[in-house]
Amino acid sequence: MKLALFLAFQEVWRNRSRFLLFSLVIALITTLVLFIAALSEGLALANKEYLEKINAQLLVFQKNVDLSAAVSRLSLSKVNDIGRIEGVSAVGPIGFSNGVLVFNDGREDLNISLIGVEAGKPGAPPVIAGRSFAIDRGPQAVIDKNVAERAGVQIGEQIVIKTIQGTKEEFYRLEVIGLTDERQYLYQPSIFVPYRTWEQIRPQMTNGLQLVETISNVIAVQVDPETDLNIVAERIRAQVKDVDVADIISAYKAIPGYQVQQDTLNTQSGFTLLIGILVIGGFFQIQMLQKVPQIGVLKAIGVSNFIVAATVVAQIILVTTFGVGIGTIVSLGLAMGIPSSIPIIFNGNSMLISVITLLLIGPVGGLVSVRLAVSVEPLIALGLSS
Amino acid sequence: MKQPIIETSSVTKIYRGAGSSVIAVDNASLAVYPGEFVALVGPSGSGKTTMLAMLAALLEPSEGQICIDGHLISKMSEPERVKFRRQRIGFTFQSNNLLPYLTVLENVELMLRLNGRYNREARQQAIQSLIRLGLEDRLHSLPNQLSGGQRQRVAIARSMIHNPSVILADEPTANLDTERAYQVTQLFADLVHENDRAGIMVTHDLRMCKYVDRIIQIEDGQIVAELKTRQEIEALISCA
Repeated sequence: MKLALFLAFQEVWRNRSRFLLFSLVIALITTLVLFIAALSEGLALANKEYLEKINAQLLVFQKNVDLSAAVSRLSLSKVNDIGRIEGVSAVGPIGFSNGVLVFNDGREDLNISLIGVEAGKPGAPPVIAGRSFAIDRGPQAVIDKNVAERAGVQIGEQIVIKTIQGTKEEFYRLEVIGLTDERQYLYQPSIFVPYRTWEQIRPQMTNGLQLVETISNVIAVQVDPETDLNIVAERIRAQVKDVDVADIISAYKAIPGYQVQQDTLNTQSGFTLLIGILVIGGFFQIQMLQKVPQIGVLKAIGVSNFIVAATVVAQIILVTTFGVGIGTIVSLGLAMGIPSSIPIIFNGNSMLISVITLLLIGPVGGLVSVRLAVSVEPLIALGLSS
Repeated sequence: MKQPIIETSSVTKIYRGAGSSVIAVDNASLAVYPGEFVALVGPSGSGKTTMLAMLAALLEPSEGQICIDGHLISKMSEPERVKFRRQRIGFTFQSNNLLPYLTVLENVELMLRLNGRYNREARQQAIQSLIRLGLEDRLHSLPNQLSGGQRQRVAIARSMIHNPSVILADEPTANLDTERAYQVTQLFADLVHENDRAGIMVTHDLRMCKYVDRIIQIEDGQIVAELKTRQEIEALISCA
């Protein structure tokens, strides 16, 4: 094995320009794969971050709306019905809508997700600075860290939210009382308001339309830790009319376009890895074809197939690792210069999986050349062939 | 009486193809003794390279037996033959002898590393052998920085460094000019004699037989003549 490593290293070192160029090709593939993975992660998170971090285990939707929060309408009486079900420890209505954070001081307006939550109930975000809502109404807002960073808003500041009421633009002044961590929803940073306030300021078809009963889009449900989630979900379906229940993962996977987008990006990533396998395989195969006489001589003087194969594998691992290393550093460097509005997130886990996959494609791509190296006959050294 | 290092008895090699077969070596028996440098000569296609391949444990004979340094190589498994080549055979080829990415010294040391005998002392031994071959200022050069003759001298050093019982050379002078070819052959002969090895050189250039102790002529796979005396050898060379 020592001999294999010696031969592999010496060949790479003495032909470093050629191998460096090839490593750079692997680095480019790595950068592409990591960026696709980061984009996939970023887009997914921008879509689902609020739901993923929500302090609930189940979400209740209107029946027959394919778990679409935008379409779902639930009367608030259902909140009480669900709250009485065995195994449910807390419930909270959530209202989703869009708005625009307006500035009159030169700062750029920011599209936001306007989310109505009840104080202290599931759905209400934890604050990392300032305070939470104490009551369910009032001109107050808890803003997502993303809003604070992108718009430069601070706790105690008055913000103006623009929504459309009927056909008119209406402006609502709110006081920022708290800051929560990043909780984007549908690609927009979130601003949380007390539920009754949300009822008033959310965009509505007719200005001043008064509903007979207050409604929410979804109801967040916290389940007793010792109770099985599926059992509680079944109880809700059985005891509350016209509702559908989903766990958090199913809920965000049902966000329109989420799965299609993820599948598209995963396919792109898969094709890039496939291209990587073909490029690495092609390079080492061409190199191996050029080295057939050398390998013949090596075998003729007594080098075993194991050492020949180990040399090729060691070389592939060396070059691939170097290329993946450069690609990872370049990706992280580039990521630092990308504006926060572009949803690219280098998540530790997905990056690790991508890097491990990239490291594995080297030996996989090089398998053909290993096979070729092993099949070279020592007789070639004498110009013979069996 | 010395025992032969190389001994073959009635060795035959038949290449079998689809519907036809070719007898490359036919019932060949020969013996080479320690300190003896033998030339295997014959026209192209006469079977001399096939004979060399069998002696190097690269090819299995179809019939007959080959015994080298007391080992019956015709009965060995493939891994045993690989190990045997590594330990007991020194090989020099017509071309592609050296690994292009190893220096002269590393190419010679390769056989020591391969046999697990690489250490400081062995390295000194490799340096000394290269100095002996006049390559002291080329130790750290790569093969592409050497002339053809220098490359062959490095290959000779590599073939000897691990103390093999048998030195085999396949057309070692084919790519060299006459003067360098003579130098290389003489070097071979000297080293075989000094170290008491058995050396076989395959060549089609009869002039290179000037330094050999014996000539074995092969035609159509059969040993047709064996020239043992200086007069017989000189007579053949003069025909070249």
